[in-house]
Amino acid sequence: MEQNLSLLKDVVIRFSGDSGDGMQLTGTLFSETSALAGNAISTFPDYPAEIRAPQGTVAGVSGFQVHFGSAGINNPGDKCDVLVAMNPAALKANARFLKADATIIVDGDSITADNLAKATFTTDDPITELGLEGRNVIIARITTMTREALAQSELDNKSKVKCKNMFALGICLYITDRTTAHAHDYINTKFGKKNPAVAEANNLVIEAGYNYAANNHLSHNAYAVEPAGLPKGKYRTINGNVATAWGFIAASEKSGRPLFCGSYPITPATVILEELAKHKSLGVKTVQAEDEIAGICTAVGAAYAGNFAVTTTSGPGLSLKSEALGLAVMAELPLVVVDVQRGGPSTGLPTKTEQSDLLQALYGRNGECPVPVIAASSPSDCFNYAFEAAKIAMEHMTPVVLLTDGFIANSSEAWLIPQMADMPTINPPIATADEGDFMPYKRDERLVRSWAFPGTAGLEHRIGGLEKHAATGNISYEPANHQQMVTTRAAKVAAVVEDLPLQVVDGESSGDLLVVGWGGTRGHLCSAVAQLREQGKSVSHCHLNYINPLPKNLAEIFASFKRIVVCELNEGQAASYLQGIFPQFKFERYNKVEGQPFNVAELVNVFNEKLN
Amino acid sequence: MAEYKYTPENFKSDQQVKWCAGCGDHAVLNAVQRALSEVADVLDKPHEKFVFVSGIGCSSRFIYYMRTFGFHTIHGRAAAVATGIKTANPDLSVWVCTGDGDSLAIGGNHFIHALRRNVDLNIILFNNEIYGLTKGQYSPTTKLGTVTKTSPYGTVEHPFNPGELAIGAKGTFFARTVDAEVMLTKELLIAAAKHHGTSVVEALVNCMIFNNKTHASFAADKATRAENTITLRHGEKMLFGKDNNKGLVLDGLKLKVVTVGEDGYTLDDVLTHDAHAEDTTLHCMLAAMKFPEYPVALGIIRDVDAPCYDTEVEAQVASVKAASKIQSVDDLLNSGETFTL
Repeated sequence: MEQNLSLLKDVVIRFSGDSGDGMQLTGTLFSETSALAGNAISTFPDYPAEIRAPQGTVAGVSGFQVHFGSAGINNPGDKCDVLVAMNPAALKANARFLKADATIIVDGDSITADNLAKATFTTDDPITELGLEGRNVIIARITTMTREALAQSELDNKSKVKCKNMFALGICLYITDRTTAHAHDYINTKFGKKNPAVAEANNLVIEAGYNYAANNHLSHNAYAVEPAGLPKGKYRTINGNVATAWGFIAASEKSGRPLFCGSYPITPATVILEELAKHKSLGVKTVQAEDEIAGICTAVGAAYAGNFAVTTTSGPGLSLKSEALGLAVMAELPLVVVDVQRGGPSTGLPTKTEQSDLLQALYGRNGECPVPVIAASSPSDCFNYAFEAAKIAMEHMTPVVLLTDGFIANSSEAWLIPQMADMPTINPPIATADEGDFMPYKRDERLVRSWAFPGTAGLEHRIGGLEKHAATGNISYEPANHQQMVTTRAAKVAAVVEDLPLQVVDGESSGDLLVVGWGGTRGHLCSAVAQLREQGKSVSHCHLNYINPLPKNLAEIFASFKRIVVCELNEGQAASYLQGIFPQFKFERYNKVEGQPFNVAELVNVFNEKLN
Repeated sequence: MAEYKYTPENFKSDQQVKWCAGCGDHAVLNAVQRALSEVADVLDKPHEKFVFVSGIGCSSRFIYYMRTFGFHTIHGRAAAVATGIKTANPDLSVWVCTGDGDSLAIGGNHFIHALRRNVDLNIILFNNEIYGLTKGQYSPTTKLGTVTKTSPYGTVEHPFNPGELAIGAKGTFFARTVDAEVMLTKELLIAAAKHHGTSVVEALVNCMIFNNKTHASFAADKATRAENTITLRHGEKMLFGKDNNKGLVLDGLKLKVVTVGEDGYTLDDVLTHDAHAEDTTLHCMLAAMKFPEYPVALGIIRDVDAPCYDTEVEAQVASVKAASKIQSVDDLLNSGETFTL
């Protein structure tokens, strides 16, 4: 029985199960299928830090949420229309993310006394216990049906059961009116040659799930969404970490400087190093260093030798890199340090997102040690801001901190592929041999010194972490000289503002409330503000990507609103930073540190309160 | 061999050398400047290809006194910075000047990992068994029981032997010299420069101020050195002493000092030095020899061939480049799964 309901504007599906159940892959395949169907997508993987946390427990639940729609989708959605729960623990962990009319698909085979106990249910009816009786609950015996679909397969029982995530994928593809073609393509590419039996089994199970949904009269298109009116062109899906890596490779090509990455693995930044390590064909050299300090120190060495050098890390790693970052400031060498922020302090919440390294990035070094700080705000714009960070670093001869976060690093979205011919050239001030008596700290009108590569005859010079004489670059302990050098280094970083675009406001340029955000919260803030504007509220959104220096026109923007609220996933770091720079304005705060992105509904409530 | 006709003067900077009078570092600087004027020809590298990198400490000021490219970095990290320089540009001749505190305490990790990777660096390890620049605290090489400012009742920590550490980390080149032996130092530096891989030259230097005569028992003067040190040369018998009649033999699993012609020992019993032996056992035993039970080993203790990190990285980049379909960023951006709307 096929129903023909009207198409929806957007739908959120959350896949959840044990961290070994393959939910990340299931979610990824579903998102890619949606993107291929022309939908705008935003995804959010939410997984535990442990690789295989105790099976069947709430702590071990891994989730992947995908939001797809026919118009601008810029966040993965607060709550879901469809929840796939592969066991009672997944049901329990995700019940709070359900919309009132949500559909819940549960693997009925997983509702055993043992699993109920592991998930700390006290009755044998998890649906009632969680108060979900009114929802559209589909209890499907996914494990049994997967096994039956593979009755003829040569695989052992354990390998057969492993395919059950593909059964869930099949169901979801059916109810969203998607084809199974992309999923089959993926399986065939991944396993076709290497392990044909596994490929065949997964393919069979995808179809079994799809047919189960059809045969059981689940609405074929209950959750179908029309393609989004995205600009025409060639697209791909991309996550923030890969986009960051590619932005650096693009900057290497546009600057003509070989790319060097010295890094140490750390969640959630490791994928950048892994991605860069793949692209040796583009001349990329990666050193997996012995520690975070060696990561940045090898990068500083490579920068001295004339490479475009980066080091990638997350909060605790940035702490370890502080001293060497100060050396790069003192030596005035180009370097990009990426901090994919995660929950802190200390080891904190390695797999969860937060924005609490802002002040560390701005100030976390000994001495007067300014660096430009910029922040990316969506998975795909990590590409642009990685490129921008590189351009600023090389053209202004300074280390730059690029802040992303666990949310945008792991989330993905459809991305209109740029053409390199449209990207600007990067022009580092490379010293040439014919400069005569070379002075390493001689500056141009922007206060930028030149980049003198070892190996160039006539440019032999010594630099280091000790204070140097403003003119000769030799060691100097003179009081006035130190003052001059501190002032000059700060002025050099401040002068970066001349290269920055003016701050843009989303919405009217004046009004009752200005929502200020920075970095990875853009999508959620943007959605909340858009909702209120649709209701006729006087609210605009100002989202910062350039944190130090700040764009020139900020004061003008702030002066045009009655109230300003700074929203961030920390305890108010940007707000206090802005308050220090602009004491004439009052910056109200909305902060959250739960390891999760903002929720659009909560933001709407907060802004409504400010508007009343 | 090229002929650049450099003299030591070509490698002297215009900066005043600020080490204390009598500091052993002066002699090493002298030897380095002499060595480089020859190394340039041996490696066929002009002046501008030489880079000196240092950490923090008295000896790390070294780079300011050299008229080469120089980078005075931060405490303990010179080997890591140098690894980045050499990996970025393997054509450079990269030298690291570091001390026992810099490389064996705060920088211990980078020191052993440079050796493990076998990056083609030349590390000059200035060992004065004390923290000099901070004015006299014990270091990881200070002899057990030594009274210093931070060990007023004597240290209760066992010292590292840098040779054992380097060879234990599978270092491919380890040599030892003493400050006074300028010509030996020069010879070892040239050998280190020729060696492909991480070379460690331990220079036993005297700190007049805070640890005077720490090496004097075996190194005070020519006569003492002849009697109490052995200068190892590949392929030659392990002989020493003012009459060159003392030798090293293996006694079970231990080295033993004998006198040729006494107790039935002949020249044939004396070991022949094989610096190129892959096995580290004997090299480690030689590096570990302590006075007065043994003579202190000088010269090249170990010098073996192994692939270098920097050239391996370069080769991998070249081979992937030759084979890959992705030759530009546009290729990369359009690779894999894409879709057109």
